[in-house]
Amino acid sequence: MDIQKKQLLEFYQQMVTIRIFESRVCELFAAGQIPGFVHSSLGQEAIAAGVMACVEKDDKVGLHHRSHGEMIAKGADMNKMMAELFGKATGTCKGKGGSMHIADMDLGILGANGILGAGYAIATGAAFACQYNETKDIALCLFGDGQSNRGPFHESLNVAALWKLPIVFICENNGFGLSNPVKEHLATDCVSDRAAAYGIPGVTVDGNDVLAVYETTLEAVDRARKGNGPSLLEFTTWRWHGHFEGDPAVYKDAQEQEEWLKKDPIPRFAKQLLEQKNATQAELDEMQAKGEALVDAAVKFAEESPWPDVSELFTDVYDRQM
Amino acid sequence: MQMTYAEAIRDAMRVELKRDPKVYLAGEDIGVFGGCFGVTAGLLDEFGPKRIVDTPISENFIVGHAVGSSACGLRPIVEIMFNDFIAVCFDEMCNQAAKVRYMFGGKADVGMVLRMPIGAGIGAAAQHSQSLEGLLTHIPGLISVIPSTPADAKGLLISAIRDDNPVIFYEHKQMYGMPGEVPEGDYTIPIGKADIKREGSDVTIVTWSWMVQKSLAAAEKLAAEGINAEVLDPRTLIPLDKEAILKSVAKTGKLVIVHEEVKTSGFGGEIAAIVSEEGFDYLDAPIKRVAAPDTPIPFSPALEQAYIPSEEKIIEAVKALF
Ligand SMILES: Cc1ncc(C[n+]2csc(CCOP(=O)(O)OP(=O)(O)O)c2C)c(N)n1
Repeated sequence: MDIQKKQLLEFYQQMVTIRIFESRVCELFAAGQIPGFVHSSLGQEAIAAGVMACVEKDDKVGLHHRSHGEMIAKGADMNKMMAELFGKATGTCKGKGGSMHIADMDLGILGANGILGAGYAIATGAAFACQYNETKDIALCLFGDGQSNRGPFHESLNVAALWKLPIVFICENNGFGLSNPVKEHLATDCVSDRAAAYGIPGVTVDGNDVLAVYETTLEAVDRARKGNGPSLLEFTTWRWHGHFEGDPAVYKDAQEQEEWLKKDPIPRFAKQLLEQKNATQAELDEMQAKGEALVDAAVKFAEESPWPDVSELFTDVYDRQM
Repeated sequence: MQMTYAEAIRDAMRVELKRDPKVYLAGEDIGVFGGCFGVTAGLLDEFGPKRIVDTPISENFIVGHAVGSSACGLRPIVEIMFNDFIAVCFDEMCNQAAKVRYMFGGKADVGMVLRMPIGAGIGAAAQHSQSLEGLLTHIPGLISVIPSTPADAKGLLISAIRDDNPVIFYEHKQMYGMPGEVPEGDYTIPIGKADIKREGSDVTIVTWSWMVQKSLAAAEKLAAEGINAEVLDPRTLIPLDKEAILKSVAKTGKLVIVHEEVKTSGFGGEIAAIVSEEGFDYLDAPIKRVAAPDTPIPFSPALEQAYIPSEEKIIEAVKALF
């Protein structure tokens, strides 16, 4: 596939920006500035960057609890995102959602979800709306390997395949469902093996290779847009941190962790860009600096933003005061 | 014109299907079969399979997809075959439909309607007969509508379909065949307005759904004995027309609450609490509740009849206050 240089640089920019954002979020959490739960996507940046490059603004996206990266890559305003994680009034959801429930309907982002497996039906419903309205829009549904074992997975994939809904199901297989390694929670070798049960394409691809992620997703998105129905993609990767910030991840094998850290998707892609003369080191440094400036600005914005007024507790329960 | 409760519900859906192309129905066996109680009979022929969508047996999907499709601008009316089955798709109502607007900082309308038949009396026993209308009133973000006449069913259902919040619409099986005068065409009843089904001065009976019919029959018998009961039907539990209840109790000084739900944690407890908190001075006797006993619903007709609150029990409860 011949990918334009502009797109290649965009992948890199997205990955480094997400890396910087997530690293900073972890620091701020440790410093007590971000309340609640934070599930870091460090190490999984290539999936967010590769997948989101395949969709348009009006396409719908259902996310899960480890999806800051996907939000950034879909184009969410990082200032507002950071403010949301802080719980500030200026946040994407006015500070009422937080990391686990962040959403941006203006970008078709139907929310992270604190309930594992609840996102399948919601994203499938969005795909139903795309089909019903006869637009060319499609939906993506992202989820982790662990939550692929929830029952609603089956209901939604069956219906999506049956009705040829324009949706792509994307599993981010990062090796664990909390403390459970994949081989201890999954009956098959791969999550994508289950595609056969619905008669849809299913593939497992290296999720630390941004180009492979992009090409695989593009094909599935194209299939969905043409009205040929859903696909089940699985991108293998590794969760660098514990399940949530603060989890020491004692259940991880040190050597395995070492090996996966060497497969870091960012330097790997940088090497490719340099070798193929698609970027100079100066360009890469510039993108790094740009990411840092964006995240610095986001943190400053969040820190300086006001807390929500207590009256906000009572708004948005319904569309009107009851 | 004269129609049954089931016909009135169908008529409401027909009016809305004609008016708004975004309105569609989804549920199990609602197409050719016409729904388990025949409520959707004929709609498939009239509106076609795009608008009348037969789904697989997938309750998580049915309710969950409606959250996604309504957030994307459609107007789903979904049917769960029996109220009891809410247990298998509770997450979709409790954690998704109810909370999306709030978690998203007000940026999503979940304009969906969930229709469910409630009620005992058809020998369907413990898993197909419950009245669980109190259950979901505990979850802010949901509206609960529970009509007791064909006209109310039509007017409230049209309002429910037009509402931008998730609405649960409870239909009582015993009343599907009950006839009544129903206005033709576009007819709405505002959500949150109680209706005095019988004026009286001696005691207020607050009741809903099928128990309104039983309470009206009981009131006639009480009148013959010189007790003039007011029968007040809140028609919607959330939002609740507190003012109407308090006003009636202020007039009569006595309150009996009648519902088919089991007594413990039934919605009657909430009404009793409201009147104790805000209308204690109006009362000249203790509040009484007539409800089903705290047991599962038995199969044997002899036991089932003993389970359902009867006219006699209502009369007995009222008389105990004089
Ligand atoms: C229904 C439900 N069960 C359990 C949890 C608690 N929980 C949150 S994340 C998680 C692990 C999820 O693993 P996976 O789906 O692989 O995603 P990952 O965390 O690896 O990104 C668990 C058990 C939950 N939030 N919801």
